[in-house]
This record gives sequence, structure tokens and C-alpha cells, in this order.
Amino acid sequence: MHEFSIVQDLLYMCEKNAKDNSATKVTKVEVKIGKLSGVEPHLLQIAFDTFKEKTICDGAEFCIHHQDLVVRCTMCGKETILEKNTFACPHCDGAVEVLDGEDMYLMKLEME
Amino acid sequence: MCKDCGCTIAPHTHEHSHSHSHEEHPNPQLNDPKTIEVITKILDVNDTQAAHNREHFEKHGALAVNLMSSPGSGKTTLLEATIDHGGIKLGVIEGDLETNQDADRIKAKGAVAHQITTGQACHLDAHMVHDGLHHMPIDGLDVVFVENVGNLVCPASYDVGTHLNVVLLSVPEGDDKPAKYPVMFRAADVLLITKCDLLPYFDFDVEKAIKETRKLNPKVDVIEIDSKSGQGIDKWVSYLQMKKALR
Repeated sequence: MHEFSIVQDLLYMCEKNAKDNSATKVTKVEVKIGKLSGVEPHLLQIAFDTFKEKTICDGAEFCIHHQDLVVRCTMCGKETILEKNTFACPHCDGAVEVLDGEDMYLMKLEME
Repeated sequence: MCKDCGCTIAPHTHEHSHSHSHEEHPNPQLNDPKTIEVITKILDVNDTQAAHNREHFEKHGALAVNLMSSPGSGKTTLLEATIDHGGIKLGVIEGDLETNQDADRIKAKGAVAHQITTGQACHLDAHMVHDGLHHMPIDGLDVVFVENVGNLVCPASYDVGTHLNVVLLSVPEGDDKPAKYPVMFRAADVLLITKCDLLPYFDFDVEKAIKETRKLNPKVDVIEIDSKSGQGIDKWVSYLQMKKALR
């Protein structure tokens, strides 16, 4: 249940970006949440809706993009979406590097 | 500590964030709705603080280790056994919701420790660890441990500025935990299977636990430990000494 802490960091970031752009209101916040980021998207939604009140994001729409786990094989070079949490290439069993799906990003802000 | 770092990265006030600032060129004409691409990690402020903490540890020549596990899997007992073993000068930043009991246990063994009580927070973040560093002399220490709040979920999301993530899995918890808590076990550099003296009494399959962890994390190192009898402590201390020597 660290979604509340994460929302606090997110709101701070929204405020900072709004200030830098001389905006007085954020109307939409788009985030990308990795499948293995350790955060539960619907809890993040609840946390955002709870904490946005009386901040620059009051009334803002919250849009979550769910990011699958994308890996690239270091042997055969193929890019794959991992369905299971087994970190090996489904094609050749080679070692993989993670390209996306382990982090949380603030992607886009709409403001006025 | 303050003199060293100047504390230019203030805890939680966020006043000195480095985030992509355009303050020098404000846009006073922003009357219409505007969409901006940001593409910044949500934990960017934490990660910046974590990088700063790491610089601190490096400046003092200390290896920093983040100890994570469920509550009661033997983190503090492992640290006591590590102190008793000797060969490493260590200090500990302790994280718990309440009480100073863990820090008191470490101090009773003669090592330096500082307790952070998080209240209701389920994890330590880089700012809390930075605050903790202000309360503990780290000069001359080989290893600084951050004993995280007992929790197999939340601490995995936070870089606290350490060099190594060590995750403990105690025998009574069961060998199914790596599969159930993938983010945590994927984050581990080292897996310590603790309370191995209890193996005869539990259906804990060591091979299965290792196999499941390596599915998530093929490079993870594993040490089987029993802190009470000292099994595996030699190996653990050698591992720390080797890592410290390589910093």
C-alpha cells in the first residue's frame, strides 16, 4: 500500500510542471504503470482521486496506461512481451534485458 | 554529514528538485489548454535523492546494503550474527513502524545504529535514509546496512541509495514466496534463505525456492543461513568483504 506515497510524488511533479508552464490548473494526468512496477493501478486511481482535492489537480482526469513487460533477448535479439514472470527468451531461452514494464512514468499533462 | 553534502536535496519539501525546469522561460501566455509531454519517472525525486545517498556512501568508502524481507524473517538476528562473527565494521539504519527495539539490539552488540520510525509508512524511501545518515557517523565503517520495514511489497519500489539489495526468505514462510512476490525477488542481488535449522520441520524445498527466484532473476546469488548456529555466516561475511573490496 505505497500507492499513497507514490501519488504524493506524482502530485508534486504535476505542481512543478504546472508552475513551470504558468498554468493554474491541471485537467488531465496521464501515467504509464508497468506490470512489474509493484503498484496496483486501481489503488493508484483511488489514491489519486483522494489526494488530488485542493491541489492543482483538483478535478483532473487520471488516465492510466498499463504497460506490459517488454524484453529483448541478448542472444537472438527478438523483442517479446513476457506473459509469465520467467525472465528468459520464449524463443531461444536466452538471457533477456527489460525494455519496459518495471517502472512508473508521468507521461503527459493537460493544463490551463 | 551536513557539511559533506550541504543537504542541497532537501527532504520531502522538494524545493530543490532537479525536475525538468523551465523556470527561466515561463510562459505567461498560457490561457488556453495545453498538453505537455513530461515522460519522467514518478519516483524521480526519490531516485535523485538515492543517487545522492550513494555518493555519500562512496565518499566514505562504505558498501551500502538494503536488507528486505517479511517481518520476522530474521534481518536483525542476521545482523547480530554478522557483528558477532567479526571481520566487518558495520552500522545499521533501522526502519520500523514503531519502537527502537531493533536499533537497541544492534547497539547492544557494540555497533552504531539509528532507528527510523516510519509511523504508518510501509517502506523506507531515500529521503528517510538520508535523514538517518545525519544521525549516524559512517566514517570508518565497512558496510552500512539499511534494514528496511518488514514487507515483501512496497520496499521493492524504492531505491534508497544502497549498492546491493539483499532479500531474506525464512524457512517458515514457505518456498512459494518468490513466485507470489515477484517484484521483490526480482530486485534481489542476493537471496538469503534463513532459519535453515528449521528445514527438518517444514515442507520447504530449497531447490524450488532457488529455481523460482532464478526464473525472475537469473543472476541472483544465494546463501543458506542459520544465524543462531552460525551456518552460512562465514560465507555471508566473505561475500560482504568481497563486495566491499570491489567498491
